[in-house]
Order: sequence, then C-alpha cells, then structure tokens
Amino acid sequence: MPGLLSSAHPSLRTTTSRAVPTGGFWKESPKVKLQRNNRLRAIAAGALALSGAFVLTACGSDNNTGGGGAASTGNIKCDGKGQLLASGSSAQKNAMDLWTKNYGAACKDVKLNYKATGSGAGIQEWLQGKTAFAGSDSALKPEEVASSKKMCKGGQGINLPMVGGPIAIGFNVPGVDKLTLDAETLGKIFNSDIKTWDDPAIKKLNPGVKLPSLKIQAFHRSDESGTTDNFTKYLKAAAPKAWPHEPGKAWEGKGGQSADGSSGVSSQVKQVSGAISYFELSYATANSIKTVDLDTGASQPVKATVENASKAISEAKPKGTGKDQALDLAYDTKAAGAYPITLVTYEIACDKGNKAGTLKAAKSFLNYAASKDGQSALKELGYAPLPDAIAAKVRESISSLS
Amino acid sequence: MKTDIEPTSTSAGSPPQVSARSTGRAGDKIFLGLSRGSGIALLVIMAAIAGFLAYRASIAISKDEANFLTAFEWSTGSTPMRFGIAVLAYGTVVSSIIAMVIAVPIAVGIALFISHYAPRRLATPVAYVIDLLAAVPSIVYGLWGALFLVPHLTPLYTWMDKYLGWTGVLSYQGGAARSLFTVGILLAIMILPIVTSVSREVFRQVPKMHEEAALALGATRWEVVRMSVLPFGRSGIISASMLGLGRALGETMAVATVLSPSYLINVSLLDPGGGTFAQNIASHFKEANDNGRDALIASGLVLFVITLLVNGAARMIIARRKEYSGTAA
Repeated sequence: MPGLLSSAHPSLRTTTSRAVPTGGFWKESPKVKLQRNNRLRAIAAGALALSGAFVLTACGSDNNTGGGGAASTGNIKCDGKGQLLASGSSAQKNAMDLWTKNYGAACKDVKLNYKATGSGAGIQEWLQGKTAFAGSDSALKPEEVASSKKMCKGGQGINLPMVGGPIAIGFNVPGVDKLTLDAETLGKIFNSDIKTWDDPAIKKLNPGVKLPSLKIQAFHRSDESGTTDNFTKYLKAAAPKAWPHEPGKAWEGKGGQSADGSSGVSSQVKQVSGAISYFELSYATANSIKTVDLDTGASQPVKATVENASKAISEAKPKGTGKDQALDLAYDTKAAGAYPITLVTYEIACDKGNKAGTLKAAKSFLNYAASKDGQSALKELGYAPLPDAIAAKVRESISSLS
Repeated sequence: MKTDIEPTSTSAGSPPQVSARSTGRAGDKIFLGLSRGSGIALLVIMAAIAGFLAYRASIAISKDEANFLTAFEWSTGSTPMRFGIAVLAYGTVVSSIIAMVIAVPIAVGIALFISHYAPRRLATPVAYVIDLLAAVPSIVYGLWGALFLVPHLTPLYTWMDKYLGWTGVLSYQGGAARSLFTVGILLAIMILPIVTSVSREVFRQVPKMHEEAALALGATRWEVVRMSVLPFGRSGIISASMLGLGRALGETMAVATVLSPSYLINVSLLDPGGGTFAQNIASHFKEANDNGRDALIASGLVLFVITLLVNGAARMIIARRKEYSGTAA
C-alpha cells in the first residue's frame, strides 16, 4: 500500500520548498505556530466525538458475565500444582469462570486458565497437546476420537458432560406476554414457512391470545455455534417434516435473518418488533426478553427454566461406552416438565495417557466441577445442573482418569 | 504522510562539511544492505502468504462437491463439503462500491474545503477530527452501526422503498436494516478519513503558479479548483480511493456485527442478506474443523486475488494519467 501511495503522485515526494509567496485569497503556506494552538482544540473535539461513541456502545453491552456467586469452598479436594490450561466452548465460559474463582480460592497451587476459543479450536488445541482438557458443545466425532489416540498414549479421548443449559426461544411481539409453540410450528417459523404472527397454526396453540398481523422476523446465528447445533438437532428430531435440513453448527434453514453471537441475536430480538430467535436462557434473563413455552405433548406447556432443562437431561440416554459419558439427549421427550431444547457441553480428556504434569490438578478440578457444590453453583448463571445420577457417573469416570 | 513534506532546509542552511566528516563507504554499504534486505523480505513475505493460501485452498477445493466459484452455499461441517464464493464475491464488491460512491465525493469535498476554502483556524481542527476518525477501532464502528445506525436507517429505507422501490434494487420489505447497503454506508464512514487526508495532501501540492495563472485569467474560485486543482490532483484522488477501497474490501468485524448474512443474493440492496469474504471467515473460523478452515482459506485466496487485481488496475490508471497531470512544478 505505501508503495502504491508514493508512486501515485510524484508530488507527494516533492518538498514544499517552493519559494513562491502566497498571493491568493486562501492562505496556503503552513503556519506551524497556529497549528499547534489549534491542535488542543481539535483533540478536545475529537475526544468529545469519541466519548459519544463509547456511550453508545455501553448501552448495548450485555450483562452476562459470571455473577458473583458466593464461593462455597467447603468440599474442594486440592491436588497437583502449576498451571492448568484448557480451552474451548464459549457456552460454558461463565460456568468455568465461576468454578475457576471458587477452585482458585481453595487451591492456591493450581492456576486454571480456560480460554473460550470456541469448541472447534478447543478440540484442535487439545489434540495438539497444548491443553489438559477441552470444552466442547458436542461430543467428539469418530474421526476426532481416532486422532486423539495419538495424543493419549495408550488411551483415547472421552466426553464428560459437565454443563447443561436450556436454549430459550425469545420473542418480541407487541401485546403478547405468553406464547406457546410446538416443534412443528417452530420448525416452520424458522424455515420461513409460517410468515405472520396471526397464522392459524400459532393461533391454535394460543387460544385467547390476541396475535397481531405482524411479519415474523426469525433470527439465527450468523457464526457457527453449538447453540445452533443443538437447536437444529431438536428441530430435526422433534419435527422432521417441518425441518427437513441436516442439523449442524452452521445454519442450514431457509430464509430468515442472522446476527453474530448470542448477544447479537438477543439484541436483535429486543430491538425488532416481531422478532423471534434462540439463545441461552441467561441472555433472555439479562435482557428481559419473553420466552416461548413449549408444547411437547405433555399435559402442560413447558417453560424454559433451569429445573425443566435438568429434567430433560435426566431423560437422556448414555451413548458412550466405557468411561465415555456422552449423552443422547431425548429431544422428543414428552415427560411432564422436561424442556427438551437443551444444550449439554462436555469436557474432553484422555481416559488413559493424560499428561502426567497436569493430571492430578485436572482430576481435582473436574471432580469439583462435577460435584454437588460445583453443579448447584451454576443455577444462578442460567445453567442447568446435571441430574444426580449422571453427575455420579461422571465423577466415577473422572476419578479413574490416568 | 506529513513527513514527506519536510522542507529541505539543511541544504540551504549549513555550509558543506565534506572533508571534515567523511565516513567512508561503510555506511553506504550497510544502508544498501538494509534497504535491499527490507525489499527482499517484503517479497518473501508476500510469496509466503500467497503460497500458503494457494496450498491450503487447493486441498479444500479438491474436496468441494459444489462449484467453488458459483455455488450459493457454505456447508463445511459435514464430510462431503459444499461451498462456493459467489455470494461472498458479490457482497464484497457491491458493499465496497456503495462505500466508494458515498465516500469519495464527500472526501474530496472535505479535502477541498480544508485545503482551499476554509479559514486556517477552522481547517486545522477539521483536519484533525477527520484523522481521529481513522483511529477508531473497527469493532467500535460495528457496535455503533448495529446499535445506532441500523435502527435509524429503517425510516430512510421505508422512504426509499416508497419512491424508488419500483427499481427492484432499492425495494425494502421491512425488518432490521442489516443489509449490504447499510454495510456500504458504514464502510463509507470508515474509509472517509484515509481518502480525505491523502486527497488533502495532494491538493496542498498544487503549484501556486497554476492557481495564480488561473486567477490571472479571471477565473472564479470554483473555476480555479476545476481548472488547476482537480486536474492536478486526479491521480492522487484515485490512489487515495484505492487505499480506501483496500480497507473496505477487507473490513471484517464491523461488517460481521452489522450485516445479517445469508448465502443468497438479494436483488434488493436494502433487504438483509449476502455476505463478504472477511465477514464469512470471521463468522465461521472459531468453530470450523480442519476442512472448514481450508475452505475459509480458499475464500481468503480469492479476496487476495481481487485485492491484487484492484491494486493493479489502480496502478495502470495512475500510470496513464501521470503524463497529463502537469506535475512540472
């Protein structure tokens, strides 16, 4: 670029040593002194303009940082020392932050550092041996398990479910406070097959609710994300006719609008009248966005709450073998009070052949995370604690890591 | 840019001291080595980038089940990958053109105002504020765009739809104004400072003789600008615009924050949809697997090629203009 610039115009390189006195009405020759005086004024004006921009950005910042949960350090068993590196899923970042705080307060010898780089990057770094464990929104794929055998000497990568959470469907329809939808209508709304809020299919699920004749603005994530992955898995499992697309981290649906990140889509729902989107429950709570109750076929529509998500997780079937605790979520469950659009994120480590230097610390930390204290601390962050039966199995797997 | 117009006072001021302080040839050699080394390093770096992009891109393209240049989809998560860059190329080029159409006339206007119209006590602060705009990080522009600009553009788009909707290109169906046109407006604001300050420097270089000659012929102020300043500055404006275009083509975070991407080309520029290369890479990179990354790198290669072509075209235009610009000052 600089090359382009200097070759652009020969005069840029020439100097202003032209001695021609200015005679014109516009004063051309540079007056250094005057410039200096004005510089302060210009900086002040610029600072003013800038601070205006900052005020604007401050308005939109989301309030989703890990809350100051009271550290319950009673039952943490410390072990090992040094730095414990981990990276991956950003969906479990707030949980990790809270655990890191609590664990760090109890175990001063271990410094845990979890970077929310995204699941893909987290698994990558773990496979390269840079981190002790990875956080991931989905269980390892068979080819990833295969390549993990190189890193785990004598073993392979296993999935440990650790953080669950409901994915809420947030909506912004003027005059409507309570909305019930089922998988079929959700699939059609997000596939642009239902286009207005007073569609007969929505009316049928919401007798007595006055629905406006407003265009539906369905927002999805423009970036790849585990939230999209889980939401589309739900649509595919519970309403295969209305949702003909393959589930995945990237959105495959027809039409609709998109925005970057959970904070992006939730702020769109807040801004745009007629909008609907999906995001972690904490974003709905923080932005006071109303959420959809799901008609799952149970006697009552199910609200998106932490407890209802835990109930849905307990309906899940294990699909892993051996120490692998990967879960097969029951997206089409009809159990009373089970909210099926649920995300379970995993920690991924080797069953055998973990790095000797960090093994003790990793086991001790993961044990705390899966413990009753660790799990119940999550509730206030909008995460769903693992059901006791599953958490017990996870702890069993953790203590057998070697 | 300021450093280029240092007055050469040394040659006029101090007497020559050749014999007293001869440093021999060593300094010359070292300097030659350093500057030659920098030149070579630049070429090596460029070649390394191009080589890396081409290698990884070739891996991805060989696995692509769809047509890389014309497919309207981007699915790289599952094993038969299907992806194409048609939408991205269209979005990148269109949003940059919109940005140029808006920004260049305004930037030239500001530059003329600063260099030829404004009183000095006004011109200097205006110039500084413009330069400060260049220092705002692009993510801040993005947040400003998403939270302030987008809601405020909706009435404008509704108005445009009412009177210009028949064109198809400017029709608007409602919804959040997160379209390529919005991106163009935001990019225009972002490239304004660079185009303005380069143009301003060029306009300052217009030989006084030219302007005075025009004045002597009885030209008005506008005629002076038209007859002597603009012709002299034309190639400078072009190179300034190319610098701006470079930034617009590669802008990432601001676009990713403001645009509502999709893998479809909308006829209307006001309706949400489309995408750009840089935005697409930013959106997909974090969660992409190995194959997905190679696919993104392949799209990066296309952007690299487009940028090279644009720069080459700019150089050709400038080279042709040079002879007519009358830079004999």
